[in-house]
Amino acid sequence: MANFFPRWTNWLPLKLVICGILAVCGLTAATWYYVTPKYTRVRYEPIQPVPFPHDVHVSQLGMDCRYCHSFVDMAAHSNLPTTQTCMNCHTQVQKDNPKLEPVRVSWKTGNPVEWVQIHRTPDYVFYNHSAHVNRGISCFSCHGPVNHMPVVYHAKPHSMAWCLECHRHPENFLRPEDQVFNLDWKPDDVKPADFVAKYGQPQNAGEDLSKKKRLTQTEIGQTLKERWNIDPPTNCQGCHR
Amino acid sequence: MDATPAAPEIKEAERQIARIPLVLNRRNFSWLTERISGVVEQPAPRWWWVAFTITASAATFGLFCLGYQISTGVGTWGNNIPVVWAWDITNLVFWIGIGHAGTLISAILFLLHQKWRTSINRSAEAMTLFAVICAAIFPGVHVGRVWMAWYLAPVPNNWAIWPNFRSALVWDVFAVSTYFTVSVLFWYTGLIPDLATLRDRATTKIRKFLFGIFACGWRGSNRNWRHYEMAYLLLAGLSTPLVLSVHSVVSFDFATSILPTWHTTIFPPYFVAGAIFGGFAMVLTLLLPARAMFKLQDVITPQHIDKMAKIILLTGSFVGYAYMMEFFLAWYSGNSYERFAFWNRVFGPYWWYWWVGMLFCNCLSPQLFWFRWCRRNVYVVYFVCMCVNAGMWFERFIIIAGGLHRDFLPSSWGLFIPTWVDIWTYIGTLGIFTSLFLLFVRFLPMIAMSEVKTAVPEADPHYATPPGIQSISPRGKERI
Repeated sequence: MANFFPRWTNWLPLKLVICGILAVCGLTAATWYYVTPKYTRVRYEPIQPVPFPHDVHVSQLGMDCRYCHSFVDMAAHSNLPTTQTCMNCHTQVQKDNPKLEPVRVSWKTGNPVEWVQIHRTPDYVFYNHSAHVNRGISCFSCHGPVNHMPVVYHAKPHSMAWCLECHRHPENFLRPEDQVFNLDWKPDDVKPADFVAKYGQPQNAGEDLSKKKRLTQTEIGQTLKERWNIDPPTNCQGCHR
Repeated sequence: MDATPAAPEIKEAERQIARIPLVLNRRNFSWLTERISGVVEQPAPRWWWVAFTITASAATFGLFCLGYQISTGVGTWGNNIPVVWAWDITNLVFWIGIGHAGTLISAILFLLHQKWRTSINRSAEAMTLFAVICAAIFPGVHVGRVWMAWYLAPVPNNWAIWPNFRSALVWDVFAVSTYFTVSVLFWYTGLIPDLATLRDRATTKIRKFLFGIFACGWRGSNRNWRHYEMAYLLLAGLSTPLVLSVHSVVSFDFATSILPTWHTTIFPPYFVAGAIFGGFAMVLTLLLPARAMFKLQDVITPQHIDKMAKIILLTGSFVGYAYMMEFFLAWYSGNSYERFAFWNRVFGPYWWYWWVGMLFCNCLSPQLFWFRWCRRNVYVVYFVCMCVNAGMWFERFIIIAGGLHRDFLPSSWGLFIPTWVDIWTYIGTLGIFTSLFLLFVRFLPMIAMSEVKTAVPEADPHYATPPGIQSISPRGKERI
């Protein structure tokens, strides 16, 4: 019987198999990286009608988040400020700044400023801002260092895996309720003696936390979790109602 | 050795205990190659085209129904609350069960050195694959949003959700996909020497190329055979537990629930016996016509049919015993809900499914095989096989819909009425199954040539043609 195939084809199946495996792995890795919100959302920074500098307003002027987003601790939805809120100051301050022209137009015509939405929750997800900020979840956990952003960008992926990261282990993110709007808060800012006096300590801490020099995020978070009975839903119906 | 001629009575005894050869009429190697390759190499007979047209039409319409169901929704089926699983899961269990005979023949009978398997193992394994393909359609589409079916696979994803490994339905996915993978490997490994035979006999360029690729460079050398036999043995060892595990896992879909008639420990062995029972019936259903049409009666002999009939009798009796035991346990448990469920099985709205399907087709009809003349009469065998095919489908329907239609609350009681989509999807899978089988017999050797040859006397290295007997070798050139 003659050879049907030339000699070079001997290694062809092996080469094809290796290429196939590499292609499949590459495709999986590429999909995993490029199609997930880590890639598609993070650093989304649209051009806004007014380049509102959060860093100036919050870090330099010391405004509270709730001055503008006034319902965040009371409602499911965190509102954008009305033009009137802006004009409380900007009728006096920077009243001729050309960058603020759209705000002044809105003030005159009554049409709202058309801000571009950055953080968009799908309609099949139930999310309540007040439930989170009143239970020790800071703005920072979901929106990143907004107080240092000249223009706001999407800082965290907001994928379901990311939500569950906290819902499964809230102790890694909880902070004292009076520090929720302090975006620069760090666990080291907590004075252990004061903290334990106010909130107690976890049941199986194993040591007296008030005697420690500094507390870790887990120690703080675990204390608050037990103190406030924090048990975030991890079942489907918790958010997909 | 000793030259003294044996006494006549010893000769008579030898004649009586001699095994009936597995290949009749002293067919030799050459005849086997010519005849079995001939099925693939000669033009398709007219009946093949007629049969294929019918089955392919059914398959096409079945695929249309699947498309309609996927695009419109599960509401096109008659499934309802409380009968949430109906023909879809019935068909899944029916088809998966059929596959088991192929694996039993190819793996367990191989390990037990049952040489008679060589005539039937190739087509039984092919049947297994086609049945699993048909089976896989149903759980795939019954989820409704087919594009979400990949959720059943443990793929790392952006939602941080993972299959629930405590769910029997997930075990099912793994069991069936493992089963299919191992069955494909086993079937293909067994095919390699025969593909090489077809390659060497090929006359056209395309056949040479295709068979050349799929024969994987088989040369029939000593080294080739050594590797082949080791691979085959290992795959047989891998497949053997699958014969028992796959249908056990399928039965867990029901047994791990709390529904009366489902929640029983007897289910795994009961399902496995039923699967082998139904599978052998399907093997015979396919092979009896194939053997007649392709004139392979010398290879698939009455002896083979007889042995398969005995397995049907054995497993059918297991199944009958399991049915009785279910009734006994329902009574013995003293649980009034369990008792009601079984009473309802026999006298409820689906009473005739039980009387005809389970009692007559599955329990009584195989009892004919106690009689030798029934096992030797192909018409009786075919009748029983058709009964079993139907009966096993009815059995699954009774278990599934029968268990569901009387819900815990009488106010939720309901019935299942199939829609045309239900009916035609099922007929469509019958079409897919038979179409694939018809394509298989046309394009691949339906009998494992290299293996059947080991079952003829010539395969013995010490074999010498007895004086005065001519090996019949017409070179098999006659047109089939």
